[in-house]
Amino acid sequence: MAELVAKRLTVFRGESLLVDAASFTLAPGELVVLLGPNGAGKTTLIRAALGLLQVRSGSAKLNGTNTRQLSPSERARQIAYLPQVRQLAWPNQVKDVVSLGRFSHGAVLGKLTGRDAAAVERVLAACDLKPLAHRKADTLSGGELARVHCARAFATEAPLLIADEPTAALDPWHQFRNLDLIESFVREGGGALLVLHDFELAARYATRLLWMKDGRIVADGSPAKTLTAERLSEVYRIAAHEESGRVVQEGAL
Amino acid sequence: MGERWLIPTLSFLCVVALFAACLLGSTAMPFERVLAAILGGADPADRLVIWTIRLPRALAAWLTGAALGISGAALQGLLRNPLAEPGVLGVSASASLTATFALYFGLVTLNPWILPLAAIMGAMIATALLSLAASRTQSVVTLILIGVGLSSFSGALMSLLMNLAPNPFSQADMINWMLGTVANRSFAEILLVLPFIAAGTVCLLVNGRGLSALTLGEDAAAGVGLNLKRQRLWTVLGAGLATGASVALAGAIGFVGIVAPHVIRPLVKHDPARSLIPSALLAGLILVVADIFVRLLPSTNELKLGVVAALIGAPAFVWIAIRRRATDG
Repeated sequence: MAELVAKRLTVFRGESLLVDAASFTLAPGELVVLLGPNGAGKTTLIRAALGLLQVRSGSAKLNGTNTRQLSPSERARQIAYLPQVRQLAWPNQVKDVVSLGRFSHGAVLGKLTGRDAAAVERVLAACDLKPLAHRKADTLSGGELARVHCARAFATEAPLLIADEPTAALDPWHQFRNLDLIESFVREGGGALLVLHDFELAARYATRLLWMKDGRIVADGSPAKTLTAERLSEVYRIAAHEESGRVVQEGAL
Repeated sequence: MGERWLIPTLSFLCVVALFAACLLGSTAMPFERVLAAILGGADPADRLVIWTIRLPRALAAWLTGAALGISGAALQGLLRNPLAEPGVLGVSASASLTATFALYFGLVTLNPWILPLAAIMGAMIATALLSLAASRTQSVVTLILIGVGLSSFSGALMSLLMNLAPNPFSQADMINWMLGTVANRSFAEILLVLPFIAAGTVCLLVNGRGLSALTLGEDAAAGVGLNLKRQRLWTVLGAGLATGASVALAGAIGFVGIVAPHVIRPLVKHDPARSLIPSALLAGLILVVADIFVRLLPSTNELKLGVVAALIGAPAFVWIAIRRRATDG
């Protein structure tokens, strides 16, 4: 069973403290949502946990091995990572983009072998991308492109998934659709850590919420326990009140 | 179909062009005589023309093109930018500067290997600088500007060397380096650079797969399991070796490295890895054909191959740049 354990990660860039002794765990069966305002250090924390950047202190271990010591492909086979969506450099075919999810398994574009080809076909079908498989990525809508990237992550068949704002700039239908896909990934035994900005979506899908502010994890627990009006004002500077078990946002403090 | 036939078709066209280069010249030689001369028969005068003049020249043009084509395709993949190219990025200019230095100070007379090594060193310094800059900025403009800076600086130092050149002979020599030509190349000169071009090509091909992953951007490429540092290192090394050696052979020839990959990319589904070999073949083909054109052109002073390449390539560069703006905003 794959488990990512981050212990007291501390990251500086130059003199400024970006992540301050942040700890969290991610294991299969969990859908953890990382919440926090812009600049809270969410992306930095994720990248530090993945071993993509140097930490000042603390450690992140994947099944007991420090992620800095894993080779990029060893790590990628265990944790699929979706950074915030950037435009592709070239107008590649959807199928090729999804195939890149098999990179850590040694796949060569245009020459996928048995297992790689099967994984890509399966994921294309599961994400309703079959009709788009031969389309060029630059002809897709933002929602379709986000789904292609999700499919790419699933194609890796890694037990864990970390996605940075997988629903950014998507319409509600695509937000639900992508989160449904991630939820079924978790139901089938995966573990996911997502950065989201929408509390309602977070509360609806997450098994656990991680609240981050000024580089620190300030709360870690179930939506029912940690999503409170008080926390919103503390973390996000938002006025809110609770109404029949739901938190209703009022506006900026 | 299409993609599967790309490499065989281009290879065939290259062979045809190389053969045509042997046929055509100040005096055209009939087909049978060329064939006989290549196969080692025929009359000694024909053999001399083919084996010491036309064939080495055509092969030098092909090899130069192939090295620049594959370097261009690889740099475009690494920097995720269709305008990246040894010439535009100042890699060729830096290589000719260091080569000229080696010539000017007579280092080449010590050992013939010093020439390609000097050119390769210049190419690698420039490529390393560019990839360092590329890892810090996403901006295409910054990279091109660094290239412009490198080119101008190298150009200025070359001019300085030319001003100081002791005799008109070495001046003419330097002009050849700046403009690029494959006139009067011998098999000995080709053999001198061939190992470096081959080594560079191997570096680029072995690490081609990583260029596909870089399509996603650096962060996501690292996410799918690419070792970014290694990818940068090997691409810089490979492109530096191939470009530097090609400059040692033919001087700085620009824009082939842009045009060929640009034509190839749509034919290989825009995968940088799959564009490497076809780009090399097409760029080789382009230079062989361009050199035939240079030789056939009736002029008192032979036009330099690099000038012809720029005449075709520079407008293509502008066109690609304008189209890029239109689609990418």
